[in-house]
Amino acid sequence: MKTTLLTAALAALLTLTTAHAAEQNFPLQSYRVGPYAAGGTGFFGGFIDYLNLINIRDGGVNGVKLTWEEGETQYEVERGVEVYERLKNTPGIAAWNPLSVGIAYAMIDRISQDKVPLITINHGRTDSTDGRVFPYVFPLLLNPYSETSAIINYIGGKVGGLDKLAGKKIVVLYHGSPYGKETIPIYELLAKKYGFTVQQIEVPHPGNEQQSQWLTIRRAKPDYVVLRGWGVMNPVALKTAQKVGFPADHIVGNVWSNSEEDVIPAGEAAKGYVAITTQASGAQYPVLQEIVKTVYGAGKGNLAEEKRIGSVYHNLGIVNGILNVEAVRVAQEKFGHRTLTGDEVRWGFEHLKLDPARVEALGAKDLFHSIDVTWDNHEGDGYVTFQQWDGKKWNVVSDWIAPDWKLLRPIIEKSAEAYAAEHNIKLRTAADAEKVDANTPVATSK
Amino acid sequence: MSARPLETRSPWPARAWLGPLALLAAAYGVVPFIGSTYLFDAILTPFLALSLAAVGLNLLTGYAGQLSLGSAAFMAVGAFAAYNFNLRVPGLPLVVSIGLAGLSAAALGLLFGLPSLRLRGFYLAVSTLAAQFFVQWALTKFSWFSNDNPSGVIDAPPLTVFGFAFEGPIGRYLFALTVVAALTALAARLVGTQTGHNFIAIRDNELAARVIGVPVLRTKLLAFAISSFFVGVAGVLWAFAYLRTVEPAGFNLDRSFQIVFIVIIGGLASIRGAFFGAALLVIFPLVLSRAGSFLLGGRFDSGALEMSQRIVLGALIIFFLIAEPDGLAALWDRLAKRLSPKPNHP
Amino acid sequence: MPDFDYLFFAEVLVGGLLAGVMYSLVAIGFVLIYKTSGVLNFAQGSMVLLAALTFVSILERGAPFWAAFMITLGLMVLLGLSIERAVLRPLVNKPPIVLFMATLGLSYIIEGVAQLAWGTQVHGLDLGIDDTPFEVGGILISKFDLAAAGIAGAMVAGLTVFFRYTRIGLAFRAVADDQFAALAVGLRLTRIWAAVWVTAGIVALVAGLLWGARLGVQFSLSLVVLKALPVLVLGGFDSIAGAIVGGLLIGAFEKLSEVYIGPFFGGGIETWFAYVLALVFLLVRPSGLFGQKLIERA
Repeated sequence: MKTTLLTAALAALLTLTTAHAAEQNFPLQSYRVGPYAAGGTGFFGGFIDYLNLINIRDGGVNGVKLTWEEGETQYEVERGVEVYERLKNTPGIAAWNPLSVGIAYAMIDRISQDKVPLITINHGRTDSTDGRVFPYVFPLLLNPYSETSAIINYIGGKVGGLDKLAGKKIVVLYHGSPYGKETIPIYELLAKKYGFTVQQIEVPHPGNEQQSQWLTIRRAKPDYVVLRGWGVMNPVALKTAQKVGFPADHIVGNVWSNSEEDVIPAGEAAKGYVAITTQASGAQYPVLQEIVKTVYGAGKGNLAEEKRIGSVYHNLGIVNGILNVEAVRVAQEKFGHRTLTGDEVRWGFEHLKLDPARVEALGAKDLFHSIDVTWDNHEGDGYVTFQQWDGKKWNVVSDWIAPDWKLLRPIIEKSAEAYAAEHNIKLRTAADAEKVDANTPVATSK
Repeated sequence: MSARPLETRSPWPARAWLGPLALLAAAYGVVPFIGSTYLFDAILTPFLALSLAAVGLNLLTGYAGQLSLGSAAFMAVGAFAAYNFNLRVPGLPLVVSIGLAGLSAAALGLLFGLPSLRLRGFYLAVSTLAAQFFVQWALTKFSWFSNDNPSGVIDAPPLTVFGFAFEGPIGRYLFALTVVAALTALAARLVGTQTGHNFIAIRDNELAARVIGVPVLRTKLLAFAISSFFVGVAGVLWAFAYLRTVEPAGFNLDRSFQIVFIVIIGGLASIRGAFFGAALLVIFPLVLSRAGSFLLGGRFDSGALEMSQRIVLGALIIFFLIAEPDGLAALWDRLAKRLSPKPNHP
Repeated sequence: MPDFDYLFFAEVLVGGLLAGVMYSLVAIGFVLIYKTSGVLNFAQGSMVLLAALTFVSILERGAPFWAAFMITLGLMVLLGLSIERAVLRPLVNKPPIVLFMATLGLSYIIEGVAQLAWGTQVHGLDLGIDDTPFEVGGILISKFDLAAAGIAGAMVAGLTVFFRYTRIGLAFRAVADDQFAALAVGLRLTRIWAAVWVTAGIVALVAGLLWGARLGVQFSLSLVVLKALPVLVLGGFDSIAGAIVGGLLIGAFEKLSEVYIGPFFGGGIETWFAYVLALVFLLVRPSGLFGQKLIERA
């Protein structure tokens, strides 16, 4: 019995060390069921659609085929960890893309040991923006602090200038979870800077009942309400706002309250509601058109309902796909057109520069703006725009807005340095970031 | 609930301990050398943590007859308490932190167990739900518990005992194994003592127990306290040895129900049952999803697979309740009896 | 207090009472089943979800309102009958905790089937009731909540008439009073239990439509059951009047506490306040407001 086990183990080890000929793998801790299924099916659907596009249209990235494997997590942390344990020995892993704050947190230590990047697009630990302390975590495009600053910039624009914010009243209705509370200090900071008053009101998870909160809001008579919601809290917020007579066009939603799934259940109450987004929605962009033609045309489309093509989460998945693939491409230029190790892909992410011209070449003009990731700025200075729901679809109602990165960077650095001190992490330097490990530590991890 | 025959022999009958000892020997001596990291990290360690929680709940619900639906809250208290003791009291050994965490959970268990003096059955169960929701809220609301971490998710400290670090999947597995083995032995011992008998007396007929002189008040509270201690330590294991991170959302109502399922399926009033039930509940979903993707593959996405899992799990629970209400432990007993040598009939 | 905002207080109170009616809707389903078979049906929440999902999915495929309603009704009837046959009958003499666990397993099955059949997406549900608020004496009242209260009231009235004046209703009450006596006078218990579950299914359908219109139809709809439990505790597990009164009380106190006491705790106390309230109340009256006192048998 023991010998058969040993031989089996040996055989498994052998298959591990011989990576499959020219394949790059993306393990997916997806969630297609549970309370956030709508977002999950859209996002992972878009991601897989883009990978399929690259495989079918281009034959992979410079001949390296892209593969993926899904494990259902239902958005639960311990399942995310189980899927990670199950998939982590797949050869040729490029990056992890969990789209979940809880799962991402649980993975930070693990992937740092594995030396495989963890992509937390539009969310994640804000201080992981500081690449000196978190070499393998990438909150691409937008971290929670930037999001806050961008929203305030937008509201400032609506009232006629940031200086006109003085004396105005803003209420932030947040989800009763650490995600919801994360930005409270930044709102305080910005309120002090621009002279407006901010009131934070909590909605306990899952947010089925918001009557008291909205009655309180009605009484406070704010100029704007920022909706920092998640899941069912969003449509309920919009419906309850209508119940108490608060105008929908003075509600500004954050990046996790900005999708079709958040507004459709609210019906009429959502008309006029505005939300921030890093990627525009709609299927008219060239890359979307290509996906429809090439991927869905070949019957390999991932979304079950084709009317969801071009929805907010679907497009987020596609943009995430673009960022992952381009990082691999950038790394391949340096290390060779072959299967890359996690550390090499990390290098790729840290040199991911997509200016508007390159974005246009990729067929994503107006879909998203640009990104510029460096070894110590893992967010990449993403731009945002704002879209308004007209009852049938989202329409972009602003230009590309930049958050106030200069204001936020020192705060992020301080928090990251505190984390480094607590965990005895040495701050990286630019020279350290250039050192790349060409071995895959995963197979030998203890 | 059928009454299980009380052990009238001494609490340490030699033959009964042979099986568990052999198992322990295998667990310590054989498994660490042949298992993969996946086995330890994703199957054995959570299995151990859940088993301990189920043992704790079984003491309260199976032996003492007080239904509790808030176990996950006590797990959360254990995890967060251990984290805070370890963090804020310099130089405190990890083992002591864990012990104190168990005591904190026990104290809270005592508090939320007070209603049991007036309430019965479902009313009591609903009041334990109050503990569930209140604790989850408090841990999220007061950032002091998570050291003012902006995300409310805390990292577990490394497991070091007397300078020896239990690292890596095998190390953490051994740590969990030791804790669970020690506490289970204690629980088994407890069941055979006077207190254990008192528990059963109260469960079977409270009035009669009172009449024969069992201190009902004290026994009930003791049941809550001891059970919560076990569940609290299980929470520490879950967070420190398995997940390596803690967030209040992971100790939600679903988790509480999961532990109740384990106790019911494994067998009420059976220490072994806790392990059987936990094994089933940890392994079964994984087996099902592998079988599902093997048989149905790409035709059904992970969502449909997941829903099918739910259906089968629910059906399994109902099946067990109909076919074998005393749980897997009773099933095991019957099997063992059938296989063991028959005594000579006169 | 010098300028206590009475209008605002009244607003919160009225809103709370109306929300409470919605809780009662779900609680009534529980009461029906508990009253007649002693089972605390945890699967009520998933029945609400199944009803709402089925209705909305049929509607979205182009069927008219009444067709969707009848089809869903038929499904709930079928569901009730099969639950009685497949789950309850085999477990008929088991202790209540076993039955409770069975309903827990049942809720898993129903949730799985609902989402397997109809998918896991979110759906909007428009019942044609415009939810623009209107003011009465300076107090804001929601049209939708008022309509929901009306529908709930009609349903309770219907149930009361049913229990008092129809044969099946009387049979329900007989079984609720004393199962053996009911058997003795020749009532077919299994038929009655089947009928009870069917009624509970209908109640779930109504609750599903109203809650679905309020929240959108998706997975977390089954969590409304957690709102109903404190209502049951307060009102008593086996009293419909208790479900109504309990609902009103819980709704009102929950909202008032969130607005007035909540700020001292930093908000968000709604999740547990109802439970703690019910718990404290229970210590004074262990069987709830209207519940039958549990008889201690030696």
